[in-house]
Amino acid sequence: MTDVAKKVDTVTLTIDGIEVTAEKGELVIRVAERMGIAIPRFCDHPLLAPAGACRQCLVDIEGQRKPVASCTQTVAEGMVVKTQLTSEVAAKAQGGVMELLLANHPLDCPTCDKGGECPLQNQAMTNGRADSRFKEHKREYEKPIHISSQVLLDRERCILCQRCTRFSEEIAGDKFIDLMDRSSGEQINVYRDDFFGGRGTGDGQAGEGEGDVPFNSYFSGNTIQICPVGALTGEQYRFRARPFDLVSTPTTCEHCASGCSMRADHRRGKVLRRLAGDDPAVNEEWNCDKGRWGFQYQTSSERILNPLVRDADSGELREASWSEALLAAAEGLTAARGNGGVGVLAGGRLTVEDAYAYAKFARLALGTNDIDFRARPLSAEEADFLAATVAGVSDVTYTDVENAPSAVIAGLEPEEESGILFLRLRKGHLRKKLQVTAVAPYLTRGFDKMGAALIPTVPGDEARVLAEDPAVAAALSAPGALLLVGERLATVPGALSAAAALAARTGARLAWVPRRAGDRGAIDAGCLPNLLPGGRPVGDPAARAEISLAWDTDAGALPSRPGRDTNQIVAAAAAGQLGGLLVAGVDPADLADPRLAEQALDAAGFVVSLELRHSAVTRRANVVLPVAPAAEKSGTYLNWEGRLRSFDTVLKTTAMTDGRVLEAVAALMDVPSNHPTAAQNPTKGILLGTGDVMAIRRELGTMPPSRADRPVAPAVAPAALPATGEHEAVLATWHHAIDQSTLLEGDDVLAGTARPPVARIGSELAAALGVIDGDAVTVGTDRGAITLPAEVTRDLPARVVWLPTNSPGSTVGRSLGVTAGAVVRLSAGKAGPLLASSEVTA
Amino acid sequence: MGTFTGSFKGFGVTFAHMFRKVITTDYPFTPPTPAPRYHGRHILNRHPDGLEKCIGCELCAWACPADAIYVEGANNTDEQRFSPGERYAGIYQINYARCIFCGLCIEACPTRSLTMSNEYELARDNRQDLIFTKKELLAPLLPGMEQPPHPMRLGDTDKDYYVGALENPGTSVGAERAPWATNEAEDATGQASKEAV
Ligand code: SF4
Ligand code: SF4
Ligand code: FES
Repeated sequence: MTDVAKKVDTVTLTIDGIEVTAEKGELVIRVAERMGIAIPRFCDHPLLAPAGACRQCLVDIEGQRKPVASCTQTVAEGMVVKTQLTSEVAAKAQGGVMELLLANHPLDCPTCDKGGECPLQNQAMTNGRADSRFKEHKREYEKPIHISSQVLLDRERCILCQRCTRFSEEIAGDKFIDLMDRSSGEQINVYRDDFFGGRGTGDGQAGEGEGDVPFNSYFSGNTIQICPVGALTGEQYRFRARPFDLVSTPTTCEHCASGCSMRADHRRGKVLRRLAGDDPAVNEEWNCDKGRWGFQYQTSSERILNPLVRDADSGELREASWSEALLAAAEGLTAARGNGGVGVLAGGRLTVEDAYAYAKFARLALGTNDIDFRARPLSAEEADFLAATVAGVSDVTYTDVENAPSAVIAGLEPEEESGILFLRLRKGHLRKKLQVTAVAPYLTRGFDKMGAALIPTVPGDEARVLAEDPAVAAALSAPGALLLVGERLATVPGALSAAAALAARTGARLAWVPRRAGDRGAIDAGCLPNLLPGGRPVGDPAARAEISLAWDTDAGALPSRPGRDTNQIVAAAAAGQLGGLLVAGVDPADLADPRLAEQALDAAGFVVSLELRHSAVTRRANVVLPVAPAAEKSGTYLNWEGRLRSFDTVLKTTAMTDGRVLEAVAALMDVPSNHPTAAQNPTKGILLGTGDVMAIRRELGTMPPSRADRPVAPAVAPAALPATGEHEAVLATWHHAIDQSTLLEGDDVLAGTARPPVARIGSELAAALGVIDGDAVTVGTDRGAITLPAEVTRDLPARVVWLPTNSPGSTVGRSLGVTAGAVVRLSAGKAGPLLASSEVTA
Repeated sequence: MGTFTGSFKGFGVTFAHMFRKVITTDYPFTPPTPAPRYHGRHILNRHPDGLEKCIGCELCAWACPADAIYVEGANNTDEQRFSPGERYAGIYQINYARCIFCGLCIEACPTRSLTMSNEYELARDNRQDLIFTKKELLAPLLPGMEQPPHPMRLGDTDKDYYVGALENPGTSVGAERAPWATNEAEDATGQASKEAV
């Protein structure tokens, strides 16, 4: 019995005379690796399918006539393997392969960015011959051609291992480069079709000719990282440093809620590059281009390094000392607190520790629950949903996604909004059994690449689809099925209620996937008007008692009424009802109504801004306090799974965390007069204790889990879909991964790889408007208009138009003043006088 | 008695030296010439058309046991070309407060860009001035040379520069004695970085 089982599962073989037991189907190279025997290799990569392309891993296997590639050879019972360590034949074969690989390699290591960390360089030294017998002319190609504005390809250096092409096909699904031509002319190149007018052959501008496949990938940087030679290099890091100059620090990506682990390399106080970290549970070995290259904002000239205070006489901001600015902020906030109160807009970019500092500051120093991290369109229903089903919950993981039989995705476009989740979904689909169902207006490229089934949904109709559509319920009936909802469902009345009910009804597990790195952590840290830290409901006296115990205050000290959310804070401030605003990294343009948000900032009596760089908020602030960017502080993000992603300081500077700045402000503020202890303890100064990241972690770590009851999920009824007249359509919109986001500002090279902004319309609408692909289409509201080239999109419901939310030429909030689900006017061509005049008068 | 003969002996040595050849030098009026292979301050040589030989590869910095060399590479473009090929040294600095004149950098240099001159007058009255940048280190322009940036004059590709480079060694001739103050090399990056140090 055991013998049979053993035969099925494992085999025993000998490598270099050592007997070893291996799983059936394992590759020889992997088994050797486990034993500490290093076989040289180039094309082999543990996350890519075996290719056997480079032949560097040849070993001698008894009974085989010729040496065998150990990266494609699976183990067999009784196999006797001899590597270069014990076999002359294997060593000679490897030396020969290396000599051939180097025959056409330019050996321009001194100018090559890979020099010093190059597997070819290293293995040529360890396993190569001492000299080459090849004296002839080497093959020559044009030195680097631009595959994109970021990625450079030097074909002379390429050893045709096909790691890059296998990555782009197997992992990313964007075949932007491929192996072309034959024989000695065989090369990696960009797609072009000469017959249809492609000109992507080495003119440095791939994809410009008509027959060229345009470069289109958010994951191209990974090919640079896995290229075992210097054939693929990056524009941003080109010639900037050598490995021995760099100090490497493991860190976490600050962009999206995927939570990739990364490595940041810095030289002389400046981060020069970032690489994907190896975390099998989260990002495996990949990351997206935004995380890899989007860090220029830290060094931008717009960075604020000294506090700014608005001068009483001139009304202009001027630089001030920290003590002056802190005092001004504390006095202003104290006055504003008594004069209508202060609202806190925390934004989605904070670490858990900093978000906690804002939550604590709002409650203790400002005596309010008017705090919200949501810097985007939102709803009260969403806050209830987050309190009921998201706060403190960590239910679904990447591994679950990969192994799930089926997943329904609503209000979320994984490729654009959570890149690594997209890669996992795709892996689950291609390598396992995952079947994805997309509740979306059309089958996007991302959904297409994971073989998703589409339930075409007009924006605003998601609630009904989730509640009623039998296909959705059927997809979720399998055990282990997942329901993944995005933050965009917030704007659809009833959608999150329906999602929670659907999950409860089908037994599917539910995960909420936000867009920004700090969103999930801010919920658990208490940056919501209805939640205290740890997901404790504000309205629950028991929950408040737990927090006041942890914060060492009186039970009555914490405000007990749920506060205002972002929209209400903005509305109240615009109406002059708020005494002040405390704003962290928030861009008013991201809010539901950017214009109202700016009015609110103007109308609020006193605005304190904690910012990295000059922004629409700092321009209107009374006091600006500079804070540290992610690289200059330590902290923790919670990714969408609810997994802690702690990171250490990469660059040691004098910049302070938000928590430390808030602690200093609080120390200069009076205890609120309505505070029960104010009478007995009139001493100035509120002790926040958020100055040190470790102290916050200790404080959070010692807080016992809440015993307060979890609020019930909201039950909001779906709203009726708005009627659309002739030349009107419902707006669908979401963000492109690479767009005009504040953290990508000024990053021209990265911006060059963004997807071109287009207005997507269905064929019926296109016919009604008389436009074809590429014609200008204008989308307008009473406030303004956006004109973009049309792209007629299959499956898009008849009366829907899709726009990118914040891309060049398409800033939906700012230009149109509406969000997804609104009815907009459509016309062919550029904005007519009617729309233009309404833009002026609005 | 013994004391008397003893001091006489001592004076004897002194007197004897009075008639020997003087070994002190008349520095700085007639500075001595060191041995031809004396390790003096470095020179960054040029190709015969004036382009820089240095490709900013940092191998010299890598080889340096005293961590005296700082290099940052940069990208040549067709409009702004400082050296043949893709790469040049955007910033190049040698810190003579650290350099131990071992010459390992010279051995490491793949383009024969970096050589050493016989110049030894390297004392300065502050540390800042001991950091030599491209402005000080680049060989002066000889007749027929042109101040970079300029296109490749000696061939179409960098290979044309390197193949046959042995017969065409570029120059450091005269650079030894050329005071850097008269070197016209424009080196904005070098200057900027020097100020930032
Ligand atoms: S470009 Fe690099 S990764 Fe791609 S085939 Fe060539 S050597 Fe391999
Ligand atoms: S001097 Fe030579 S070794 Fe140093 S960076 Fe320039 S080319 Fe490289
Ligand atoms: S590593 Fe085995 S053939 Fe390339």
